[in-house]
Amino acid sequence: MPEAKRQNERLIILPIVGFLVLNYPLLSIWNRTQLFFGVPVLYLYLFVVWFTYIVCVARLLEKTSPPPSSPEPPPPGEKG
Amino acid sequence: MLEHWVVLVVSFSYLGLLFAIAYYGDKRADLGRSIISNPYIYTLSIAVYCTAWTFYGSVGRASTGGAGFLPIYLGPTLMASLWWLVLRKIIRIAKAHRLTSIADFIASRYGKDPLVAGIVTIIALIGILPYISLQLKAVSTSFNVLHTFYFPEPHHAVSLWNDTAFYVALLMVVFSLLFGTRHIDASERHEGMVAAIAFESVVKLVAFLVAGIYVCFFIFSGPTELTGEAFSSPELVKLMDLESLSGGYANWFTLIFLAMMAIMFLPRQFHILVVENVNEEHVRKASWLFPLYLLTINIFVLPIALAGSLLFTKGSVDPDTFMLAVPLFARQELVALFVFLGGLSAATGMSIVATIALSTMICNDLVMPVLLRMRAFQQRNLGSVLLAIRRMSILVVVLLGYGYFRLIGESYALVSIGLVSFAAAAQFAPAILIGIYWHRASRRGAIAGLLGGFGIWAYTLLIPSFAISGWIPRTILDHGPWGIELLRPYHLLGLEMYDPLTHSVFWSMLVNVGLLVGVSLFDRQTIMERLQATLFVDVFRHGDTGTMLWSGTATVAELQGLVARFMGTRHAEKAFAQFAAEHDFDHKTKVQADAKLVGFAERELAGAIGASSARVMIASVVKGEEISLEEIMKIIDETSQVIEYSHRLEEKSRELEETTAELRAANRRLKELDRLKDEFVSTITHELRTPLTSIRSFTEILRDNPALSTEERQKFLEITVKESERLTRLINQVLDLAKIESDSMKWAEEQVELQEVISEALSSMGQIARERGIELERSEPLAPILVTADRDRLIQVVINLLSNAVKFCEPGTGRIVIRLKTMTGRARVEVVDNGPGIDPDEQQRIFEKFHQLKGVHAEKPRGSGLGLTICHRIVTRYGGRIWVESSLGAGANFIFELPLAGKKS
Repeated sequence: MPEAKRQNERLIILPIVGFLVLNYPLLSIWNRTQLFFGVPVLYLYLFVVWFTYIVCVARLLEKTSPPPSSPEPPPPGEKG
Repeated sequence: MLEHWVVLVVSFSYLGLLFAIAYYGDKRADLGRSIISNPYIYTLSIAVYCTAWTFYGSVGRASTGGAGFLPIYLGPTLMASLWWLVLRKIIRIAKAHRLTSIADFIASRYGKDPLVAGIVTIIALIGILPYISLQLKAVSTSFNVLHTFYFPEPHHAVSLWNDTAFYVALLMVVFSLLFGTRHIDASERHEGMVAAIAFESVVKLVAFLVAGIYVCFFIFSGPTELTGEAFSSPELVKLMDLESLSGGYANWFTLIFLAMMAIMFLPRQFHILVVENVNEEHVRKASWLFPLYLLTINIFVLPIALAGSLLFTKGSVDPDTFMLAVPLFARQELVALFVFLGGLSAATGMSIVATIALSTMICNDLVMPVLLRMRAFQQRNLGSVLLAIRRMSILVVVLLGYGYFRLIGESYALVSIGLVSFAAAAQFAPAILIGIYWHRASRRGAIAGLLGGFGIWAYTLLIPSFAISGWIPRTILDHGPWGIELLRPYHLLGLEMYDPLTHSVFWSMLVNVGLLVGVSLFDRQTIMERLQATLFVDVFRHGDTGTMLWSGTATVAELQGLVARFMGTRHAEKAFAQFAAEHDFDHKTKVQADAKLVGFAERELAGAIGASSARVMIASVVKGEEISLEEIMKIIDETSQVIEYSHRLEEKSRELEETTAELRAANRRLKELDRLKDEFVSTITHELRTPLTSIRSFTEILRDNPALSTEERQKFLEITVKESERLTRLINQVLDLAKIESDSMKWAEEQVELQEVISEALSSMGQIARERGIELERSEPLAPILVTADRDRLIQVVINLLSNAVKFCEPGTGRIVIRLKTMTGRARVEVVDNGPGIDPDEQQRIFEKFHQLKGVHAEKPRGSGLGLTICHRIVTRYGGRIWVESSLGAGANFIFELPLAGKKS
């Protein structure tokens, strides 16, 4: 039971962090007209945050998945 | 060049394929072998979120507003991670009460009030209907782009009979009729439809990716070339940051918020997420797979937008059609055709689900309550009527959508409707989210919140869009109605700082939440409301308790007849038989229905005609009075107390188990200690016996042989003395160890200078070493090194180590170095000898009691086996550690470290 509770706490914190990271003022740090390896910095930031977020959610939810359904690995080539 | 008929044939065969898939899905469902019961199909069906507005509109938005298209997908990503908590609860509630639409859900929460259901339905209709028009418009526009791109025709109105959108609309009606209203079912799930929607989601994703890859790598030589080229254009460089986003960060924030609400509370999303959900467990995977889908479909939005802007001069091509225009420009008609199919998928998918969801709501929450009040319908068989109403509402919804599109076509009101619809759907959020977590949210609060929020929404977004389209005078925007500046729809009460969308969302949410909470705080809930509130908020605790709502005198036959009136005799018979089997009675012979059976019938009906209507119908059959609601509340309270109690019992038994485990461990430990004690006693007696035996035998020799020579006598006496010394030493050590272990040793805590300790130890060991011809060497820093310990004990440690070293060194060639140094925060003493060394296997164990080195010197062991144990105890007592570094034949290095004393000397 405590494990589920911990998971719930994390599940609530995660969107809050996401909301902060994807909004003013943190977002404005990356709001610059610049290319990084040919990709606009702003877009690079948004997509990286986005992908990282998905990986975090996947790891959080799949980690404690009950045994009956075989747990799927998170999408290949990612690290939390 | 794409012939007109080719496009037509392809699109209609594609729609035909959809029919086939849906048919197959339904068939499998009938056989009980569902093809949609897995998290992947569930995820794909949620992607009905991506409409034609996403498919074509994102590129359009990106080419004018830069990153402004992204919040629409970032919001759902954030929301999806909350699904495991929130959505699962909603699904659980909806399943327990057989709720089949968002209107039903909200109404059921607030005391099964038909008025609430009606309000929600009307808001949904006004908010969503134009959104369906937008999809039809997208189909029509994309079709036109395909066949007029190379030969631009002067703009002329397409007649109804030539408009592809019309036929697509008709086909969608047919589809929805076939797969959305095949039968009246208590669960209102449509497996075939879901299968088709999931397939469409795959098609639109692949189409988008194909277009993106084609544009990036075949028209241009890579995405970086695209951005590089765009970077040098002053027009396009604006898209790289947020400057081009009108409304700035506030708008960005609003979009994320709206998208978060829309993903759950748009009626079609609610339908797919909640009503069509097969298994709660699927939510887990969907929570991250669906965001992944969104991310993937958005990767190429910016490149395509940039490509379109680079290829076409500004204004010559509508950015919303870049998806088609760019491949067409490169003469890649097949790609363009595929993209068109993707757009068609997006548009039809959304329209079908939205239509079915809306028609269910219209039927159950607008038409049925009225019909049931009419005398003419009260005793009729309503199953077929119900189906007819469903079908009519589907037809009406789609045709209204199409009519709206024909009517206002290109106007602003249609183009902006995507976000306006989102804002309308967001009005449902407070009633649901607050409703499932707060008991006291009341019916009147919900009605006030919904109406207030909806009113503000209409006034600040809908009316202005009419004004911009020119249907009502524009002056209302600039000067307010009747010239009242404070009431300007875009600047209510003079609030100037936000863009229209943010402005509207702010006010409507403020009013909505404010009224809901405010009114609820001062409201008194009826018992029905309290009951429903408890069942909703505590759904994870109660399960099925809320079904015993009725008592009184309904007969089984009457109930079954009632259900049959709506759902057909066969279905009713089957359902009742099943229930009877589960609850162990014969429904044919039983006359009086009990509360459970009445509850069951009500839920069956709720699935078909909505919770509010079902309640009315049951009330018409059950004679006598309802069980008083107070009693039900009491029952529920009792049940929850019992549940609470059993929870506590579980907790107790878990604690008990833990304690037992601890006890078991302690017991094991005690047994182990007992064994060790026995071992200790037996070893110690053995150790004591050896010197005693020799003392005894030598004294016996002396006693029995008075004729011994003086020399021999002397020798024997010396042995006796030595052995008794050894005995004394052994006993001292045993006493020491016993004291240490029983914790009765007095440990002084004083500042001890280690140099002094070593000098002391050397002075007592020096003589013995010299006697055996062993060289002693010491090295140490000049500055005194202080540690906190007991001085005598430390001396004991060093002496023990030294005497060990002396014992094991070869007399004559032996050499012992004692080294003192400081490490960071620790003092280290090393005693190095050049003796035989210690086998690595033994290095751990030599600190154990009575462990004596064997092997190298096969003769008798030279130590008591307690010295090192005592050293170990002493050093550990003062927070240090002791160990040995050695290898066979290379001497041994005994090291101990102690923490340095604080600088207090």
